[in-house]
Amino acid sequence: MPTYIKRILGLVITVGLLMGANAFMGREGLFGFGLPYYYAEILSLTGISIILAVSLNLITGFTGQFSIGHAGFMAVGAYSSVFLTVYYSEPFEQWVATLIGTTLAQSLVFLGAILFGAAAAAVAGMVVGIPSLRLRGDYLAIVTLGFAEIIRIIILNIEQVGGATGFRGRVLPWDGRLIIPQYANFIWIGGFAIITIVVVYNIVRSDVGRALISIREDELAAEAMGINTTRYKVLAFVISSSFAGIAGALFGHFRQFLHTNDFQFIRSIEIIIMIVLGGMGSITGSVLGAIVITILPELLRKLPGDLYGYRLVIYSALLILIMLTRPQGVMGAKEFGVPWLKRPQRRTEGDKPIGEKGVPIAQESQSSALDQPKRN
Amino acid sequence: MDTFVQQLINGLNIGAIYALIALGYTMVYGILRLINFAHGDVYMVGAFAGYFIALNLGLAAGPSFLTLGAVLLASMTIAALVGMAIERFAYRPVRKYSRMTTLIMAIGVSLLIENLFVARIGAAPRAFPDFLGSQSQLPYQLFGNAAISKAQIVIFLVSIALMLLLQWIVFKTKVGTAMRAVSFNLNSAKLMGINTDAIITLTFAIGSSLAAAAGVLTAQYNPNIDPLMGILTGLKAFVAAVLGGIGNIPGAVLGGLLIGAAETFVVGYGQHIGIPSTYRDAVAFAILILVLLLRPSGLLGSTVQEKV
Repeated sequence: MPTYIKRILGLVITVGLLMGANAFMGREGLFGFGLPYYYAEILSLTGISIILAVSLNLITGFTGQFSIGHAGFMAVGAYSSVFLTVYYSEPFEQWVATLIGTTLAQSLVFLGAILFGAAAAAVAGMVVGIPSLRLRGDYLAIVTLGFAEIIRIIILNIEQVGGATGFRGRVLPWDGRLIIPQYANFIWIGGFAIITIVVVYNIVRSDVGRALISIREDELAAEAMGINTTRYKVLAFVISSSFAGIAGALFGHFRQFLHTNDFQFIRSIEIIIMIVLGGMGSITGSVLGAIVITILPELLRKLPGDLYGYRLVIYSALLILIMLTRPQGVMGAKEFGVPWLKRPQRRTEGDKPIGEKGVPIAQESQSSALDQPKRN
Repeated sequence: MDTFVQQLINGLNIGAIYALIALGYTMVYGILRLINFAHGDVYMVGAFAGYFIALNLGLAAGPSFLTLGAVLLASMTIAALVGMAIERFAYRPVRKYSRMTTLIMAIGVSLLIENLFVARIGAAPRAFPDFLGSQSQLPYQLFGNAAISKAQIVIFLVSIALMLLLQWIVFKTKVGTAMRAVSFNLNSAKLMGINTDAIITLTFAIGSSLAAAAGVLTAQYNPNIDPLMGILTGLKAFVAAVLGGIGNIPGAVLGGLLIGAAETFVVGYGQHIGIPSTYRDAVAFAILILVLLLRPSGLLGSTVQEKV
């Protein structure tokens, strides 16, 4: 069957498995297979960070467009999905529950909310991206920062989602949905993290990915080769912002409390640090960076002294140190995975030269040059 | 009419502060093509330097231009040293790398300064001593209901004096010519025998001292200083520099005044048409987006053709 049918089928099966796993696990299972809640929380936050870091890497690492407004898209995804869940989803959920049972109905509604968050963030990405992506690196950074702040200020001024005091759910009437239901657990988060990694990996290894990398390497040359740079940049921006929206939706439903202070500039910087540490242009690097930066504050809490209070100083010192010593990050632009492990070992066979992949190359026969008559 | 004059006075006052900080941004961008994210924090450092100097020397608050002048000069010197240190230890090693690396480094330095101050000094605002007695003195009256306070007058006078000084340095001295040469083309300036590293350091020093002056002056007008005051003000000053044409010195001044005026007018008159005053900070960003969409080279800047 054609590839796209296979892909769509794969996606549907994955999502179906996600919903099914969610439905058939017990309450302790959902919260970490019996792990204490503290560790489950760290794991979940790590998963969300992975989604954010890998999606930001698509636009910053692979396309070379420096965007420091990622927290804004996360906020859009979070608030829009939570808005949908709290205000509009209950009757729908009850109706679906009569068809397929309550847990599956909950999963379906949650999936819908996540997709709604992703769509809203994608729209925001398009609104931000289309005017900004014609700007050069430094300006783009400031504009994305500005847009993220504008988004945050706008959300701060919407009373229905809590305004300055944060959003816990509908307060009145009391028989309404009081709190944001805790839909997200690490089945969902882990599942979406894997989906994000797979999708971004596939994009990067496709011809779209080649276009993006060529834009990063030399935009003028790419334009000269006929690649519509604006279109590809906006595409990467929209995809990356929709994944940030997914991460936001998961975050909102996990935390059960939303406040715009969670989506400030420092959050965007944390994600930047994750991909800088791991290596921009490396998906495994951004996963690594996400794990390290999420676990770091918790480690700092355990150490003696008040290092936790100094954690922002440590982040910035880390950033500076990386830029001074190894600006390409831990992984550079390489990936660590099965292809790397399977790489052929270098060995010489007599006097045959070794090519790049460690495989002996066939010699261009010396005689052919001598055979041809010399042209002068 | 007098409300308009009042808004204008307030707006130009804030604008003068933005202009002083924007000058630093624009000069550094002119020579290095680098957006010095840490510049807003140098403004904060200047304010705190003045605070700690006044505190440790036991300078009593009270009307005294001499004390204010001394504190101003001292904090400008300290901030110049800080700016030079940032350039030498953070920006110079990464100058040879890609633009993104230098940008990330700038963000890192900015965060380091902010969080170092928060961690060591605490995020709670401190009260800057008042050397003008303007808190106790009534503002002078102009035009009926419009009033201008002593601090505002001082801000105007000092910032105009500093800008004129800068103008003299850049256009009438040899080092100023060297600075302009370096901003035109760094390599050619090097070939002409100009010590570009020294010029770059000098530019950072001048820009940082202007930002520190802005910090101390603002502290006279609004005595609350806290370690995070540089972020938003610095960003707005950057927008001012872009508005005027980044790399262009008169443009920075113009941009600063315009942003200050725009912000004050939008907040002042906006409440009559439904824009709440909480949107104050969004004004500068909205102006940035408009400028970058409509006239990216800024009001006084010139479009440079990109050669391949």
